[in-house]
Amino acid sequence: MSIKERLSGNEAVAIAIKQINPDVMAAFPITPSTEIPQHVSTFIANGEIDTEFIPVESEHSSMSACIGSQAAGARSMTATSSCGLALMFEMLYIAASLRLPITMPVVNRALSGPININADHSDSMGARDAGWIQMYAENAQEAYDNLIQAVRIGEHKDVLLPVMTCQDGFITSHAVENIEILEDEKVKDFVGEYKAEKFLLHKTDNMSMGPYDTSAYYMEHKYQQAVGMENARKAIEDVAADFAAMSGRKYDYIEKYKMDDADFAIVIIGSSAGTAKDAIDELRHEGVKAGLVKIRVYRPFPEQEIADALSGVKVVGIMDKSEGYSNNGGPMGAEVKAALYGNGRNIKAVKFVYGLGGRDVKIESIREVFDNLIEVEKTGNVPAHYQYIGLRR
Amino acid sequence: MNERIEIRWHGRGGQGAKTASLLLADVAFSQGLYVQGFPEYGPERMGAPITAYTRLSSAPIRVHSNIYEPDYVVVMDETLVGPVDVTAGLSKDGAIVINSSKDPSELAALISDYAGRVYTVDAASISMQTIGRNIPNTPLLAAVVKVSGAMDETIFIENMRHSFEHKFADKPEVIEGNLKALKMAMEEVHLYER
Amino acid sequence: MKDNEMKNISPNSTYQEMTPAGNIYGSGTSQMFNTGDWRTATPVWAADICKQCLLCFPVCPDSSIPVSDKKRADFDFDHCKGCGICFKVCPFGAITMKDGE
Repeated sequence: MSIKERLSGNEAVAIAIKQINPDVMAAFPITPSTEIPQHVSTFIANGEIDTEFIPVESEHSSMSACIGSQAAGARSMTATSSCGLALMFEMLYIAASLRLPITMPVVNRALSGPININADHSDSMGARDAGWIQMYAENAQEAYDNLIQAVRIGEHKDVLLPVMTCQDGFITSHAVENIEILEDEKVKDFVGEYKAEKFLLHKTDNMSMGPYDTSAYYMEHKYQQAVGMENARKAIEDVAADFAAMSGRKYDYIEKYKMDDADFAIVIIGSSAGTAKDAIDELRHEGVKAGLVKIRVYRPFPEQEIADALSGVKVVGIMDKSEGYSNNGGPMGAEVKAALYGNGRNIKAVKFVYGLGGRDVKIESIREVFDNLIEVEKTGNVPAHYQYIGLRR
Repeated sequence: MNERIEIRWHGRGGQGAKTASLLLADVAFSQGLYVQGFPEYGPERMGAPITAYTRLSSAPIRVHSNIYEPDYVVVMDETLVGPVDVTAGLSKDGAIVINSSKDPSELAALISDYAGRVYTVDAASISMQTIGRNIPNTPLLAAVVKVSGAMDETIFIENMRHSFEHKFADKPEVIEGNLKALKMAMEEVHLYER
Repeated sequence: MKDNEMKNISPNSTYQEMTPAGNIYGSGTSQMFNTGDWRTATPVWAADICKQCLLCFPVCPDSSIPVSDKKRADFDFDHCKGCGICFKVCPFGAITMKDGE
């Protein structure tokens, strides 16, 4: 039996960390993720867990500390947002290339400037190619569930990659909502004990990590990483199946909402998916066959799943909560469109940018997107350019 | 109750609008409702106008936007009535509850466009009398429960007692005062008769 | 990947044959690489001039001055790269450099 609770997204993540009881938590505070290490350090101070907390002087150092401790053989975590994630940029690549399964909750916040503390995905989208597995949550429940699964996905022997689990700053991190948490023992059993096969502090098996890699070897090592990411696909499925058996909550790479007969669909990530579901219910009530595809796992990118989910759709809107400055929308727009092209789907697609820097995304905002899609179907004219939603002109 | 009740809180930084929005969500949760409580975040400072929100529902809540058409509005500081459009989007079938010691007619004149019910409660005075400090949160919570009928009043008081017993475990002497504040606010929240 | 296969990793190895992340298993593996053939200049040790002060061996970047019983012996030319640091520190002129291997 799950425990019914009401928690903010940050509290939910902190409780997940408490239940996972990692060996090391190294963190530097940054809004809106600060509460996570704050709660965890309280749990430690109260003797509820025996995690070693490392206060550091920057996020470059928090990730470096995680890399050091994970390499030494300890299950390590940190949490960050926005500029903090950006300051880790160099170390993100080191963690992934050293094949260290660090887990990191990211509380999404606009990456300056102008300076802003509210949600969008420009921070984690900037790190999407760093070699980390990326998962995104719609609400506190998913933020909690994703983190617990992330530990096992990253540590899977065929994967060995770090995982970031993202949720929207303030919108879910600071909103108190209903949630079902698992019993401590269940989480403990689920994640198990971390036993690295090779690690630096092994008593007898000495090893060195992070040697200089010449051109003669570098591509092979990068390809090994790609194989790990490929293997993550099965690990994500297997871990989700185990998690469903334990919790009753099912997860997949993507979530489809009212897609079976949808004429118009949007592809979306994060908290606005919930708002969009309400908008879709309204539209359905009015006779519009609307649906949505929510991407839960962005790395590895679920290209086939997205293409299949959209196969019967007339027009699709792809919703980016970050600019790409490609002059044609954000990263999701590009990748989802590529998925459709690669699978030979001739579906009209419109790219949107919305919700930057915490711009509130209302039910009406989503309806505006669908109005756009319906117009495209009516006129047959697909806008050559991407569209901004909620922009004053 | 209705399928969903949406409440918007207006306060000034430091007055506890966020805490109130979360407290109401908390007590509604104890009654088995689905809840959402959240403030609007920005560069907050003591005294700056801030907004917080509470959603209560009999069904799971998926929407993640601010509340634009609230059923109820609570104003924690009467000086916000006027400078802030506190009745924006407020349902005329709902009500506004203002923490004030002023004559309700003075405040009603400032929001004369609003056709719904206007309530006042002197939460500052009630909290001074019962708790001994100006903590308008607690009486305002009771006032909005009374006005909205969002939950059973007796069960509300009982749940709050449990919550206080937990919160004030190390100073049980303040529990009775807090409970008294709730009951007084329920009695002393006045409807302005136009 | 077994540890003893480490030494078989070469620029012809496939990605499957290589250790993850280029990790190096075991210790003292640099002994497997005979860097001596990089040498363009060679130190020459004059045992009769040497006072066994032992200032030279700690500065050798390649641990190519073997020491036992508090006495150094001749260079390990399998690994000495001929950098000349030992020649610079020797106070007694017991080490000289000659061109070539």
